Amino acid sequence: MIEWRDEGAVLAVRTHGETAAIVEVFTPSHGRHAGVVRGGAGRRLGPLLQPGAQLDLRWAARLDDHLGAYTIEPLRSRAALVMGDRLALAGLAAVCALLAHVLPEREPHPTLYARTMALLDLLGQAEVWPLAYLQWEVALLDELGFGLDLSACAVSGTNEDLCYVSPRSGRAVSRQSAGAWADRLLPLPPVLAGQGEATGAEIARALGTTGWFIEHRLVKGLGDRPLPAARARLVEAIARQA
Amino acid sequence: MPGRGAGMSEDTRDIEALIDLMARLPGLGPRSARRAVLHLIKKRRQQLIPLAETLARVGATARECVTCGNIGTADQCDICRSEKRANGQICVVEDVADLWAMERGQAFRGRYHVLGGTLSALDAVGPEDLRIPQLVARIADEGVGEIILALPATVDGQTTAHYIADQLPGVTVTSLAQGVPMGGELDYLDDGTITAAFKARRAF
Repeated sequence: MIEWRDEGAVLAVRTHGETAAIVEVFTPSHGRHAGVVRGGAGRRLGPLLQPGAQLDLRWAARLDDHLGAYTIEPLRSRAALVMGDRLALAGLAAVCALLAHVLPEREPHPTLYARTMALLDLLGQAEVWPLAYLQWEVALLDELGFGLDLSACAVSGTNEDLCYVSPRSGRAVSRQSAGAWADRLLPLPPVLAGQGEATGAEIARALGTTGWFIEHRLVKGLGDRPLPAARARLVEAIARQA
Repeated sequence: MPGRGAGMSEDTRDIEALIDLMARLPGLGPRSARRAVLHLIKKRRQQLIPLAETLARVGATARECVTCGNIGTADQCDICRSEKRANGQICVVEDVADLWAMERGQAFRGRYHVLGGTLSALDAVGPEDLRIPQLVARIADEGVGEIILALPATVDGQTTAHYIADQLPGVTVTSLAQGVPMGGELDYLDDGTITAAFKARRAF
């Protein structure tokens, strides 16, 4: 019997049979990892298995590549705190759906886990959360091998008047270097480079650029499935905040 | 002996098929299905034949109400046909089972609207997969003054509630309270429910 114990956050839950559930969790040491929770669709455990909930997990299976079963203890519920807050709820749904969508299975990402928990801890703080989410998406791209380099122009090396991002390299391009190619480049709102005012409209524009990389770089290699609608709803909610 | 794994003969083929069908019902497995079928056969006249006749009748007539999505045996359900229920309120529920639960409680005397699910990122259920446009159309047609959202207290349920509220400007939108259930002891409640109950506390 193979066993491990870790903590993790619930990303997705599917009912399995009448009372069990297949739960996908994001753990620091085992990455995105699925397992069966007996009684997970029942009255006692069902309410605990909401996206974002932090759990103490014990996983056991006969062989390592088996689905295995979880025994869970609740550590912290997040969904209940944000039910009445439109932006926070959209944020929680988007973070969990995106992680379930793009994270490779059983590959540990402890740094991303820590960043994700820090982001979820900020849920409900509407004045800082959208910017924190944008920075988290940049970190997600970086962690999964598609980091953006926005420090200097890829063509001239200058760090003045950086207005675009190259969709090919993920590097910044200055207005002057872009020239006639500007319409083929992605916008680089100052907020994406850690400058300027973090208004809802600017953050939504920056999320358009990170979203392009998630959709065309990350997801392309994962079977080309469309991005979860939860992310689009979050971007819309952030834009509306402006 | 008929049942999964038992040798099947011509004599027991139909009984075997019945057991297999029953075993697919919620709450039943092969063993309990076999017990139920045996019980029905023993009570053939009192239970088996009336059950078979009723199943055939319901199979032929059951349909979704064209207005609210409830299940009945006519194009429009009793609730939508009743003038007494036209009080300007529509209670939005996820599923027909929720509508029936609300009716059991008899706390609400208006009309319903069954969405047929909730928005779900995991299952790729979008607004176009739910009966939201029909709800928007009903508000104008029926002169609705209040929409009561009775959706699950889950991330998907409440995401759907916010989405619907956004689609209905100019209409009063309310939702069910969340908190301590009747007969519930605080010690047994999860922290989320306690937090929700605290937020929704009222003057005593």
